[in-house]
Amino acid sequence: MLLQVLRRTATLVASLVVSSVLVFVFMALLPGDPARVALGVNASEASVAQLRREFGLDEPLVSQYLSWMGGFLRFDLGNSYVSRVPIAPQIVDRLQVTLWLVVCAMVLALVIAVPFGTVMALRHRKPSGLVLSAISQVGVAVPAFLAGILLVTIFAVKLQWLPANGWTPPNEDPAQFLRQLVLPVLSLGLVQGAVLTRYVRSAILDVQREDYIRTARAKGLGSLQALRRHGFRNAAIPVVTVLALQLATLLIGAVVVERVFVIPGLGSLLLDQVANRDLIFVQDIVMLLVLAVLLVNFVVDLLYLVIDPRLKVATR
Amino acid sequence: MSAVAAQTSSRSNGPQRVLDVVGLDVRIGRHHLLHDVSFSIDRGERVGLIGESGSGKSLTSLALLGLLPDDADVSGSIRLAGVGCDLVGARERDLAGVRGRDVAMVFQEPMTALNPTMRVGDQVAETITVHAGRRGRDGHDGRGGREGRGGTDRRRARRRAVELLDQVGLPDPGDAAKAYPHQLSGGQRQRVVLAIALANDPALLVCDEPTTALDVTVQARVLDLIVRGVEARDAALLFITHDLSVVATVCERVLVMYGGRVVEAGTVDEVFRRPRHRYTQGLLAASDLDDAPPGGRLPTIRGTVPAAGAFPEGCVFRSRCDHATEVCATTPAWTGPDPGEGFACHHPAHEERAS
Repeated sequence: MLLQVLRRTATLVASLVVSSVLVFVFMALLPGDPARVALGVNASEASVAQLRREFGLDEPLVSQYLSWMGGFLRFDLGNSYVSRVPIAPQIVDRLQVTLWLVVCAMVLALVIAVPFGTVMALRHRKPSGLVLSAISQVGVAVPAFLAGILLVTIFAVKLQWLPANGWTPPNEDPAQFLRQLVLPVLSLGLVQGAVLTRYVRSAILDVQREDYIRTARAKGLGSLQALRRHGFRNAAIPVVTVLALQLATLLIGAVVVERVFVIPGLGSLLLDQVANRDLIFVQDIVMLLVLAVLLVNFVVDLLYLVIDPRLKVATR
Repeated sequence: MSAVAAQTSSRSNGPQRVLDVVGLDVRIGRHHLLHDVSFSIDRGERVGLIGESGSGKSLTSLALLGLLPDDADVSGSIRLAGVGCDLVGARERDLAGVRGRDVAMVFQEPMTALNPTMRVGDQVAETITVHAGRRGRDGHDGRGGREGRGGTDRRRARRRAVELLDQVGLPDPGDAAKAYPHQLSGGQRQRVVLAIALANDPALLVCDEPTTALDVTVQARVLDLIVRGVEARDAALLFITHDLSVVATVCERVLVMYGGRVVEAGTVDEVFRRPRHRYTQGLLAASDLDDAPPGGRLPTIRGTVPAAGAFPEGCVFRSRCDHATEVCATTPAWTGPDPGEGFACHHPAHEERAS
């Protein structure tokens, strides 16, 4: 077990190194000088040269990379090229907002997917199952931003039940915070829920065909009882895999949805800094998103060990 | 105590019917898979069910447990001693109460029959607790009840599970109970499956090719455990296999199935020594190692088992039978005193010696 955890930690570290190099190289390959880009075409040569010196942009790429990574490890993300303000606190600020969005959307997706996917699997030959299946298929096809716009049109513009956009921190006005959270979470979570529902359905269908479910029923368990006691845990293995991939999708989706709902999250921060041409800021945010995805996958790998006893000893 | 007394007294009164199957017919979709299957098994009796793959053996066993697919159309009657209702057409709730308690099953594939994410001891104990809880609720036999459930019940079931694992010959049953299935070998897993099946002392044990997937060296040991387990409980055994030598060692009576019908039945001695149905004759010839010419091949039954629903009208075997004539286009009647002894063939073997 400990060995397995160490192995997975080593994998995490290795992928972090590789991905950070990729992010860095990709940004370095962008045409144009970051200092020139940040200051604009009208800036004087002297001020550009000064910025380059100030941020170490005149040093060789390798030492630039090392100082960037060194800073990252100390959670010192450097200063913005444009505003010269430290980047880390701003990111932390925005991250809290995005986390609310992503976590709530994920929970919503699970709350939708587990019961509906199970019902669809149990009724896969009956009309009710087919109807649910068709609905989820539509859900899969709708992109999050379109869902967002539709939800705003219906619930904010037409019915005026909920605010169309905006963000209030939960400690300022919890009621308003929740009201403003509903639509963005729905537009992110419904779509992911529809996708996840299909995976839950096929996982349950697969498990239903397993011999051990037949053994459980031969013991005298009812078919639902057999599914609950013996099926869910086994069905969770493929579903957790998809869940990890979906968290990555959700982070990307949040970038768009935050734009639609004017939410000051990490996504809108990223787009703002792209517009500002603040390359180091963009680089930091991208690296942070990569880190988040890798961490989620790491946690999922550890979850496998908890769910599936075969993995604890399967490989040494 | 009284139950034991009732058992012994009824045994002294002669054989006691455990299973009575009459006119069992199963259709799934357009396919007519079982035709008018009738047989019965008495207490303590061991009956073999033989035939090639696709002849309806496994379907018969699933019908006995009420585990046929939902879209199966079943008619006829399956009566089990100690169960108030006919298993055909019974409510799923009642069937669940019967499964694992009055009738239990050992499946063919030990590698996949156990839940990989649950300790085997818990899987055995569950069989006990699931019915212990139900007994109290349904008033099946008075003892137990709601207050008996919970922690102590579960601990007792767990202790009993270790005993059962010991009975089926798992070394270190206490440790084995804590193992996950992947930590056990195929033979050990099949013992666990057998322990699950025997946990509630069922009146009928159904084994569907329980040793086919095992190494030859473990087969004999597992067979021995099945026979001893059944004998210790004075239970009835229905043993499904295509290995005739296994039937000869384990069973007293045998049913031969082909094309979803019982084509011949009788004592193992009679049927194996003097098969009447041409299909039985072919099966025996195909596995008779003594009769094989030196260095030669065993005779085979020509052709292959048709796909479900593609059996010929009349005698189902006539498309592969060397003795088939025009009369075989009509379904042969059962020749014999009862469904447990006789055959259905227009041109039976050993006719000359029969009279």
